[in-house]
Amino acid sequence: MRYEAPTTTKEAAKLLAKEKGAAHLLAGGTDLLVRMKGGFIEPDLVVDIKRIPATQSIQKTASGFTIGAGVSCASVGRDKGLGKAWPGVVEAAMLIGSDQIQGRCTMAGNLCNASPAADSVPAMVAARAKAVVVGPKGKRTVPVEKIVTGPGATSLKKGELVEAIKLPKPEARSGDAYLRFIPRTEMDIAVCSAGVNLTLGAGGVVKKARVALGAVAPTVVLVPAAARAIVGTKLDDAALEKLAKTCEAACNPIDDKRGTVEFRTQVAGVLAKRAAKIAYQRAGGK
Amino acid sequence: MSGVHVSTTVNGDAVEFVCPAGETLLDVLRDRLGLTGAKEGCGTGDCGACSVTIDGQLVCSCLVLGAEAQGREIGTVEGLARDGELHPLQEQFISHAALQCGICTPGFLVASKALLDNNPNPSEEEIRYALAGNLCRCTGYDKIVRAVGAAAKDLAREAKKTKAKTKKRK
Repeated sequence: MRYEAPTTTKEAAKLLAKEKGAAHLLAGGTDLLVRMKGGFIEPDLVVDIKRIPATQSIQKTASGFTIGAGVSCASVGRDKGLGKAWPGVVEAAMLIGSDQIQGRCTMAGNLCNASPAADSVPAMVAARAKAVVVGPKGKRTVPVEKIVTGPGATSLKKGELVEAIKLPKPEARSGDAYLRFIPRTEMDIAVCSAGVNLTLGAGGVVKKARVALGAVAPTVVLVPAAARAIVGTKLDDAALEKLAKTCEAACNPIDDKRGTVEFRTQVAGVLAKRAAKIAYQRAGGK
Repeated sequence: MSGVHVSTTVNGDAVEFVCPAGETLLDVLRDRLGLTGAKEGCGTGDCGACSVTIDGQLVCSCLVLGAEAQGREIGTVEGLARDGELHPLQEQFISHAALQCGICTPGFLVASKALLDNNPNPSEEEIRYALAGNLCRCTGYDKIVRAVGAAAKDLAREAKKTKAKTKKRK
């Protein structure tokens, strides 16, 4: 195995593109090193992206935030501006692992590891986050929900890597929230989860909504029917019930030791309702 | 496997080593630099026995490549004691008997120091959350949590004294 630590994203893409053997990207390493040690992968080349300045900072711009692919979730949690603008996304990122893992793990890594249970992903999808993808053919910006195609699989082509995650500037009177179910209080993988992002119009009526569910399908799922169930309402009980039902209908989970199909399906609806209520409050709704 | 030449700083000392590209920082510390304080428990980032700091940030050294240490500042449990004097955390771990078999202790000490560096006066709940990434299979958590709380008070007292002294000198 060779180790390379290029200083530009272009160079990283070139290294990945020309490698004939198994090439893997190293951001925080909290998934990559575990897979290497477990013998699941045997890289011929590891490309560390943390020496690339573009991956190392959180930039606040006129159109929102750009979070470098090498920025640890601990740094995401320390960024006050980001926490104020996207509290749901930041909370989701901070649910990943222990303080030790937080010090290394990244949102871009959480996305590209392509686990259906990745905590930051439903929150990013709800927030309309985009991934800045750099490859041999240049740069493209892709909605986060288009990156993951199945457990452990992404739409990234050979030589492509995610340089940063972009979050839009939150609209006026909007709020987001993320909730997950785990059998403990800390340090576990989501059994199911929900991310909700709402924008309110006049009189506290929901004008726009995005609802995304985690760990209930091969990928994180965006549920437009759930958004339609609450748009035009003030989250009255009937609307929340419809939200839960539409979320349940979007679930296609696995049955395993952490949760049955029935349990995951029902709890996903409950979490979506609760997350919607938090997002509504954060948007200034009463 | 080709070797990587790395120049780094460990506990304030400049250090150089050559390691295979796939070797972890934990293995470098233990097998190349003779710093055996950090332990390998799980090897997958779940137990925290290998905790060290990189540029002040708490991490599991079993999930870091040695090659990544280039130009960084690594802190290990060996750097806690200064001039032959134990750190208040180490003193309080002893007086609270906050260890049984001792395998998890270096990791707990490094994680506790990282906590107190960021939050000098943590509540019991904050201590428990901050140490959630460190496992003690002897299950001696209660004494560990009390020891960290006591060390926080010691450090606050020390800081007050130093402040008073500098004030006098002025």
